[in-house]
Amino acid sequence: MTPPGLPTPLAPLRSPARRLLRSGLLEALAAPHGVDRYLELVHPTRSLRGPQAELIAVRRQTVDSVTMTLRPSDGWHGFRAGQFIRLTIEVAGVLETRCYSPACGEQAEGQVEITVKAHPAGKVSRYLNEHARPGMVVGMSAAGGDFVLPRERPERLLLISSGSGITPVMSMLRTLCAEGHGGTVTFLHYARTGEDVVYRPELAEIAARHPNVRIVLVHTREATAGGLAGHISREHLHRVGADHRRAHTYVCGAPGLIAWVRATWAEDGIEQLLHVESFLPASFTVGGAGTEGSVDFARSGERVLSDGGSLLEQAEQAGLCPQFGCRMGICRICTCRKTAGSVRNVLNGEISGAEEEDIQICVSVPVGDVELAL
Amino acid sequence: MYYATTPSLSKEQADAFGRELDAIRRHVLADLGERDADYIRGVIRTQRRLEVAGRSLLFFSFIPPAWLGGVTALSLSKILDNMEIGHNVMHGQYDWINDPELNGRRFEWDNACPADQWRHSHNYLHHTYTNVLGKDRDVGYGILRMSERQPWRLYYLGNPLYAALLAIFFQYGVAVHDLELDRIVAGEITLGEKRDLLDGVWDKVRRQTIKDYVLFPLLSGPSAPLVLAGNASANLVRNLWAFTTIFCGHFPDGTVQFTEEETIEETRGQWYYRQLLGSADLTGGKLFHILSGNLSHQIEHHLFPDLPSHRYAEIAVEVREICRRNGLPYNAGPLRKQFGSVVRKIARLALPKGEA
Repeated sequence: MTPPGLPTPLAPLRSPARRLLRSGLLEALAAPHGVDRYLELVHPTRSLRGPQAELIAVRRQTVDSVTMTLRPSDGWHGFRAGQFIRLTIEVAGVLETRCYSPACGEQAEGQVEITVKAHPAGKVSRYLNEHARPGMVVGMSAAGGDFVLPRERPERLLLISSGSGITPVMSMLRTLCAEGHGGTVTFLHYARTGEDVVYRPELAEIAARHPNVRIVLVHTREATAGGLAGHISREHLHRVGADHRRAHTYVCGAPGLIAWVRATWAEDGIEQLLHVESFLPASFTVGGAGTEGSVDFARSGERVLSDGGSLLEQAEQAGLCPQFGCRMGICRICTCRKTAGSVRNVLNGEISGAEEEDIQICVSVPVGDVELAL
Repeated sequence: MYYATTPSLSKEQADAFGRELDAIRRHVLADLGERDADYIRGVIRTQRRLEVAGRSLLFFSFIPPAWLGGVTALSLSKILDNMEIGHNVMHGQYDWINDPELNGRRFEWDNACPADQWRHSHNYLHHTYTNVLGKDRDVGYGILRMSERQPWRLYYLGNPLYAALLAIFFQYGVAVHDLELDRIVAGEITLGEKRDLLDGVWDKVRRQTIKDYVLFPLLSGPSAPLVLAGNASANLVRNLWAFTTIFCGHFPDGTVQFTEEETIEETRGQWYYRQLLGSADLTGGKLFHILSGNLSHQIEHHLFPDLPSHRYAEIAVEVREICRRNGLPYNAGPLRKQFGSVVRKIARLALPKGEA
């Protein structure tokens, strides 16, 4: 299993054996299937196409999450704290790809730690929570994304997260601590209850050992020991002494949290200090004006009345099997040609022109009639 | 109503027939899952192992049993690669798995015919215009007379000879399928118009030739001639087997050919009915079905070309029952009987007799 169509950096030529495997001679001998299809007979992670990973440890921090340690195969180039990787997992015969941010520090060489919270409607997250066990092999992409700390670490940092959005900022925190970073770091995390906080003991330990790090956990559905409660507000920022106007702020979490932070930072005119990672849920529907119309799938001859969902979902409901990957507008595997009509990108709200262009159908909803080369 | 010699269906009857088949299709689609993914991956694993085993044994070609074992394993590997894996994967039967290795649009097979040309000539032309004379190039591959409704010419005296040559060189016959050599010879089109297709075929043939007839023989050193002979034999076995099973799909006695006029304004139900009338099944055991790429279930394959092939055996039970209930023909028989009737037809149609 390899993540479909990912940009896979060439693995370094570490050994003569590897050089031989990459030579044109072996390609010619394996044609038309590629050397990989034969290497896989020896071991599932013996693949040249891109990193795969084997689960080497699985633990549970909360009842509805699973924390996995993965060992990537050769060709893994590491990651920068805050970036994400794509894991490809077979669920009920179908290869599903999802993005996850490693929670470990950058220094974790040859290992990646991922924490996955089970979402009630999440096919992959539920599968991993039920079935992840050491020895399992998954497809794993190179790391990507620009939600990263500057190489020169800022003097003041504010890390805000909620729920499972803790993982990229946890990675940043662990990285900074391991580096012996001396600047001020405020770590503000929101969870429903104390039981829902992953990495809780470690956070307490970090707070105890690093006087420059202030960790504040807020529970949205019960009283918090520190006195803060409910959702993020200016009062919260003030009381944790975050000094958000002077700090570089990194936010990852629920849409409500992100919307509030964006608006507040805009109000204060400090958007340049704000860095946001927002993972949309896999399924969304946009209703209201402008969504009526029909969708023509020109190649297959199918035509449906738009239900306002993403073009990918509508294509699938029409019985087509378009290629897809992340289903959230990141990996571009589902990119296909729009031959007529306008679409709205649900990630940024932009409405396209009616001209022919390539669009990501997983995050595009039709605006009026649309024709796709599917 | 068309199809004069067969039970004719009214439009309503054809629609009802179509609805029953659509129901089967929906039912199978809803049930696709791990079983299907595991099946095709298992077949691919077996094929790769057979190939590695076959080519390894051929390195010891100087021991006669090793040569024979090597040829057997490599032949089976090539048969599985072309029939149960390549043909079916390229139909998009496993697209829903979302694995680029099993994607119908990307898959390439160990066959002289480039996958993209195959998808056009086979998935589109043959499966849409099944048995329609002048449209479906699988009817005689442009060189044979396979229907009484093809007008006889002196050229067709060589029908059995052409068929034998096609069987021996079957993968090349398939490869030049889209080139429409017969039309080039007839001066209807020029070779220049087919330049891109020709380049694609040449590239594919070159790779396979280098692999099977240069690199692997050279790597084996002194056994080179034996390895070359072994690889040629494996390609030949695959060619003969593919020809045999494929010609049993649409040409045994009882299968019907159609004219373009007969298919004008065809409904979905009538399209289903044409697929049923134009195809024939082979009976046999499980291994036989797998080695035929489940083309032994040709009727089911033509009704549902994009459903995973290993489901056809289950689907066939339902299709047979629908046909029995509605008094429709269902052409099925053992390989010997079906192929015998194909051979007799090839010989009979060499002569003018039987012209419609």
